[in-house]
Amino acid sequence: MSTRSLFIIWGLLLLSFILMPLFITSNRWIGFLEMTFFVAVMGQSWNILGGYGGQYSFGHALFFGTAAYIQAIMQQKFGWSPWIAMWFAVAGTVLVASFVGYLSFRYGLKGSYFALITLAFAEAFHVLARSLDSITEGGRGIQLLLNQDPDKAISAFQFNFAGPFLSSYGFYYTILIAMVLVFAVTWLVEHSRFGAQLVAVRENEEAAEALGINTFRTKMGAILLSAAITSFAGIYYVQKYLFVEPGIAYGLSKSVEALFAPIIGGLGTVIGPLLGSFFIHGVGEITKDFIGHYVGDRPGVDLILFGVILLLVLAHMPRGLAGLLSDVWKRVAGGRNA
Amino acid sequence: MTKDIKTKTRREFMKTAAAGSVVAATGIAGFPHIAKAAAPVKIGVIHPVTGWAQYSGSQCRFGAMTALEEINAAGGIKSLNGAKLEALLGDAQSKPEVGAAEVDKMNEAGVSSIMGAYASNICLATTQAAAKYGIPHVVDVGVSDKIVSRGLTNTFRFKPGFGTYTKVGIETFIAINRAAGSPTKRIALVHENTTGFGAGMAKLVTEGLKPEGIEVVEVLAHPTPNKDFRNIALKLKEVDPDVIIPSHYYSDGVLFLRTLMRQKFRPKAIYSILGGASSQYRFVKEFPEAAKYVLDCTDWVDPKKQSAIDLRKKTEAAGKHFNYEVFLGYLAMQFTAASIEQAGSTDHEKITEAMATSTWDGHHMPYGPTKMVNGQNQGAQPVGTQILNNEIEVISPKEFATAKAVFPRPS
Amino acid sequence: MEFLGITLNFYSWQTIFGSAISGVFLGSIYALVALGLTLIYGVLHIINFAHGALLMLSMYAVFFLWHIFGIDPYVALLIVVPGGYIFGYGLQRSIIGKISHGRDEIVLLVTLGVSIVIENVSLFSFSATERSVRVPYDLDGIDLGVTYVVYPELAALGASLLITLLLWLFIDKTDTGKAIRAVAKERQGAQLMGINVEHIFAVSFGIGTACVAAAACLLVPTYPVHPQIGYLFVLIAFTVVVLGGMGSFIGALVGGFLIGITEQLGRLFLGESLGVITISVIFILVLLFRPTGLFGQRLS
Repeated sequence: MSTRSLFIIWGLLLLSFILMPLFITSNRWIGFLEMTFFVAVMGQSWNILGGYGGQYSFGHALFFGTAAYIQAIMQQKFGWSPWIAMWFAVAGTVLVASFVGYLSFRYGLKGSYFALITLAFAEAFHVLARSLDSITEGGRGIQLLLNQDPDKAISAFQFNFAGPFLSSYGFYYTILIAMVLVFAVTWLVEHSRFGAQLVAVRENEEAAEALGINTFRTKMGAILLSAAITSFAGIYYVQKYLFVEPGIAYGLSKSVEALFAPIIGGLGTVIGPLLGSFFIHGVGEITKDFIGHYVGDRPGVDLILFGVILLLVLAHMPRGLAGLLSDVWKRVAGGRNA
Repeated sequence: MTKDIKTKTRREFMKTAAAGSVVAATGIAGFPHIAKAAAPVKIGVIHPVTGWAQYSGSQCRFGAMTALEEINAAGGIKSLNGAKLEALLGDAQSKPEVGAAEVDKMNEAGVSSIMGAYASNICLATTQAAAKYGIPHVVDVGVSDKIVSRGLTNTFRFKPGFGTYTKVGIETFIAINRAAGSPTKRIALVHENTTGFGAGMAKLVTEGLKPEGIEVVEVLAHPTPNKDFRNIALKLKEVDPDVIIPSHYYSDGVLFLRTLMRQKFRPKAIYSILGGASSQYRFVKEFPEAAKYVLDCTDWVDPKKQSAIDLRKKTEAAGKHFNYEVFLGYLAMQFTAASIEQAGSTDHEKITEAMATSTWDGHHMPYGPTKMVNGQNQGAQPVGTQILNNEIEVISPKEFATAKAVFPRPS
Repeated sequence: MEFLGITLNFYSWQTIFGSAISGVFLGSIYALVALGLTLIYGVLHIINFAHGALLMLSMYAVFFLWHIFGIDPYVALLIVVPGGYIFGYGLQRSIIGKISHGRDEIVLLVTLGVSIVIENVSLFSFSATERSVRVPYDLDGIDLGVTYVVYPELAALGASLLITLLLWLFIDKTDTGKAIRAVAKERQGAQLMGINVEHIFAVSFGIGTACVAAAACLLVPTYPVHPQIGYLFVLIAFTVVVLGGMGSFIGALVGGFLIGITEQLGRLFLGESLGVITISVIFILVLLFRPTGLFGQRLS
């Protein structure tokens, strides 16, 4: 696919997202898009480390949770503005990532071992968050003060009680802006020397080392960037839901959400996490409504269907949805040329 | 996810409308006026029916739906011409953000009120989302004090809040202890660490019992679900308190009490405050020796009200356990319906107003008069229960008691 | 003694000793769950995320055998263990193996997908209600002075030792065992030697599932059965497998005991809440400094 047609597609996509509120006034569907973009951001951060870098993390909740807690603690305990707190949240998360990354990569952990150590760190922080009452309020969680003054909505970075436009679309545009930035960064990485080195490390680490690439530095760069991006997701979550507690912050579900989207959508591609996130949430909505209609009150059925669909995708689409689409495009484009 | 409950068909509507207009036309006084069928009143019912809280969520949902069916069978909302209640069921998947998304959906579907969502952290998210649209939200179980302290005018909790359980628990214990000649000198607390209820409770209990000369010698917080209580049992054996106050979930409670039995440690009493297993029939049935004489300060129905007895029968006939999730879910739906009845409207503001000024007493809970302050019903109270002769008896307060407390535990 | 909100507790030596002993019994449960996992990792080189779901399914089987037919959980071993083998063999042969096409990165996710399906099928079929099994000898046991040990706990300890021995004998002495070792060591070489690798994979997965089914029989007298019970043990099982050495049965046994004792003592001194961090700490230290585990990464 030529770069020009790619840009056109991206441009159209972006335009449609920006103009979406003109066509969709339903809060429920705007909320659906928000959730989709949110998971796309988390998925893209995982993608940088896992898709491009080949280092599969099973503990991305570590970065999400740390950012969320710092964001919450700075506001609630020190009364700082969320716009200042967020820089500390990002910095703190990157610091944690540098610690974990240094240990993991200095000791040469790869593959399942790397996956397991990220899982272990996430779980360790989970326990700490629950036990260090004085800092994190333990199991009670941290509840941020709800701002009900529309004039202060922007300074408080809360859009639940804001002017008519911000109330409905404030968080939508926030996560959209975050997603655009994150995806742009990913595109730049993909087309940079760093990106090429990252892919080389993924394909064959020894060969990359032999070629003169500092594999340690490359992997560290990837994990730090990945953590910085994940922290956006953590910050967004805290501002939107105003509540964080150990299970939400460091629980397994965020780690799983982060890795599903890029894997289904297409590892090591820029659009993968977005496609994957749309697919997951779309299927989720359909199975919920469809199942709800026919089966009524029998919990679990929608998740069974979801799991089965996941297995089917893994079985038949090894390169994810992006791979599928690119195959389709080739056939269509090739057919035209024939 | 819409579940249609008893909506009148168009044909029936036309029939009754025609009949009604005939009666009105003939103007026969004294004849009963046949009501025109009204559009159903939509109630959002959000619970975690998948994920870690799936059991409790489904029990709450069952209670809510049972109440809804009974209300419809009794004629629906009379002030709205017999409009039936229609439940829109939402699965929060044990995640706050999913619960909040369900609120968005329900708002679009035009719900008049929402109830749910069992777990405190989910309730925080759903009440907040509902507040954005001004939809009244009744909290069924969530016990955290944060729920009613954010200044949200749409949030109502008809059952007690955190502080009340501890206060009543302490008062009831002091009364029981004094009645037995004050044999208690040392107490240990065992609580789970996920809700902060335990930690806050520990402080209040220590302060509350000091004037009685009772010392809290050990506070043991544990994760939930806890897979092993042997350490705690050993620590308790060493510290040797007279009474243990557990506060945790059902599976914790069961494992804890069984472990104490296995380790042959029998304090003077097990006095729980929201002890999980301590007031659950399935525990009594499955592990009777561990359950004997266990006391609890917990949510319970008024055991003397026939409707409570009927609800228990109905629940057990449906093959389910009759526990707090069922009757609190039932209660929340009843309160919602009573408020809509009082408001005589499906307008959010009118219903919220009705809830805020409610004095409803058509429930079968052992509560004082209903009075909402900042969304918390001041009349709500827990009661003291004890497992005696394989039955859960109410031992306090006196006006609801079915038995006298046995304390200390006979050897 | 307090530090940064962390309290250090001190107890009598009897309590400490009793705690360590309880750690041995807890550890035997970890070992039981980890034995199957370590075999599956050793041979197929996959981290089986469906392990917890398989444990849960087996526990339901034991429960229903008791509830409907009145079969004692220990007697149920005779039914559930072979049943587990058949189920695991079929699962690997027809689903996991087929979907993965031999791509190792995908296998992790396939087991994750399988666990989602199994967990929610159980939720749908059995509902979320917790079920308990009551055995008549639940409260009888022996007095060790510093602590009591009931028969179900002794049975779990005995079973962990026995199963470790049986597995070791099987792998070491039988022909199938030799084939398994060959495939674990050198997959392609074994194939060239005429070994049906697909079949061996399925056999290994089957045995791993049979092990976890045995663990289920020993857990049911103490723990409730519900769709999420697997999560309670599975994360720790991963730690045990890594600590002991992936593919090593004696490693799973010793690892189980070490983690059990360290966890109990950690919870004793740091509090039940913070004490569980010892598991994560051990996990991290082993991964960094001795990733092959105590007994090395081989099928032994």
